[in-house]
Amino acid sequence: MLFATALGALFRLSVLEFVPGSLRTGGATAANFRAVLAPQYLRAIGETALLSAATTILTLLASYPVAYALARARSGRVRSLLLGLTLAPFFTGAIVRTYAWMLVLGNSFVTWPVRLLFEPSGVLVGLVHFSMPTMILILAAALAHVEPALERAAASLGARPARVFWRVTLPLSMPGVVSGSLIVFAWTFSAFATPELLGGGRVKMIANVVKDLALDSFNWPGSAAFAIVALAVTLALVAGLGRLLAPREAS
Amino acid sequence: MTARAAGIALVVLLLAFLTVPSLVVIVMSFNPTAIMAFPPHGLSLRWYENALTYPQFQRAAVNSLIVTAAGTLLALPIGTAAALALVRHGVAARAVWAAALLSPVVVPGVAAGLGFLILAAGLGLLASRWVLIAVHAILVLPFVIRSVAVSVANLDPALERAAASLGARPSRVFRRVTLPLLRPGLAAAALFAVIVSFNEFVVSLFVSTRVTEILPVAMFTYVVNYTDPTMAALSTLFIVATFVAVFVAERLLGLSRVFGLEGHSHAGPSR
Repeated sequence: MLFATALGALFRLSVLEFVPGSLRTGGATAANFRAVLAPQYLRAIGETALLSAATTILTLLASYPVAYALARARSGRVRSLLLGLTLAPFFTGAIVRTYAWMLVLGNSFVTWPVRLLFEPSGVLVGLVHFSMPTMILILAAALAHVEPALERAAASLGARPARVFWRVTLPLSMPGVVSGSLIVFAWTFSAFATPELLGGGRVKMIANVVKDLALDSFNWPGSAAFAIVALAVTLALVAGLGRLLAPREAS
Repeated sequence: MTARAAGIALVVLLLAFLTVPSLVVIVMSFNPTAIMAFPPHGLSLRWYENALTYPQFQRAAVNSLIVTAAGTLLALPIGTAAALALVRHGVAARAVWAAALLSPVVVPGVAAGLGFLILAAGLGLLASRWVLIAVHAILVLPFVIRSVAVSVANLDPALERAAASLGARPSRVFRRVTLPLLRPGLAAAALFAVIVSFNEFVVSLFVSTRVTEILPVAMFTYVVNYTDPTMAALSTLFIVATFVAVFVAERLLGLSRVFGLEGHSHAGPSR
């Protein structure tokens, strides 16, 4: 059994280590990373960071009410319904979900006030939609562990609902807010299908550059350098998440 | 009460945002013309026929079935062993536990995909279906571990000790006591693995060829090149299948337990 566990960890580790290995086979390591700093690539990195930040904030705002409803639903049937509606998109593949947004944003019968398809704004809508189920599940798990009696106590002491929310519910659900935001940011930072299809080649995020370099130009070392950038950012975020949450678990 | 009504309206609106794109796809899939109109001028199943007879989709569907079945069968025993080890010997392995659970989130799809591509090239297995199968097994492993672990946590070790004290050998205890008690967790794990594997796209894009590619990859290529509702028809089949699978998973295991939603709000005494 422990061997199997070690095997699982080994698999995971191996995923992480192939990439630097490729840099050796490609030779000249520094050149690949210098190439990352070319203006058009820096723009992709900047756009990725901007879109990821916007996605995280919008996803958080859109997910909190649903998560609250999910965590506080009294009847099991309502909870199952909410969970089912959240999980169905969660498990529907990236391609199907992105294609759905291509139809919604790019059809001929609804005229959107601004052009959305093949624009960063359209990519943003798709990314928020993509991140919501994950955020809802993380927030709901955090809210489920907030004792409702504390909210009732605050209310019985005269706090208005808004005050109860700001002073009791929100602070107690903060671990979920922090971990959800970090995970969504990390996930969006390496998003591929959504910007590839909804961006139509005009919006390039880091993952799209990785794919272009690897599968279209066959520049594996250059592509690997980009993949490392994405990997480094996500690992740093997750390490930060671990540090933020560790003291709470210890107490 | 008006605040409550406003809250409910907001939640319904947000859920609509989550759900409506899928509904649009379903409506569009019955559109009789290649140029999509809304509301559709009539009903037609021609795009379903198109989707089901398109040779590349047929080949990719067969590939998907092979890769998903083999990947799941590979991940189930490994994941079960890992879940048993992690829950029973929890403290020592907790770091690995967290790492394994987070790995699909932590490692960007393109980084994993490129890594596997480079490894496969190094091993001379570039066109091999086995690479795809191994990749899928690894990607679904965290879901398998998590589902089985829920069942392991609910399994009373006293039952196994009782069987052992009555003279059953370890292998017999495992087959007659442990395994049957883990059955709901195993069923859910298999279901999750199948759903995740069948929908996996980014990593597969990197390690498949035109001959071995699975359905989502073939669908991606199709969307990039064509705009007719054939994709809508195929997507509808995916959406319906996923919805049914999620419904079955909820029935089998109670999804709220898998995702840690059982907290104070559902505990009996606090009601």
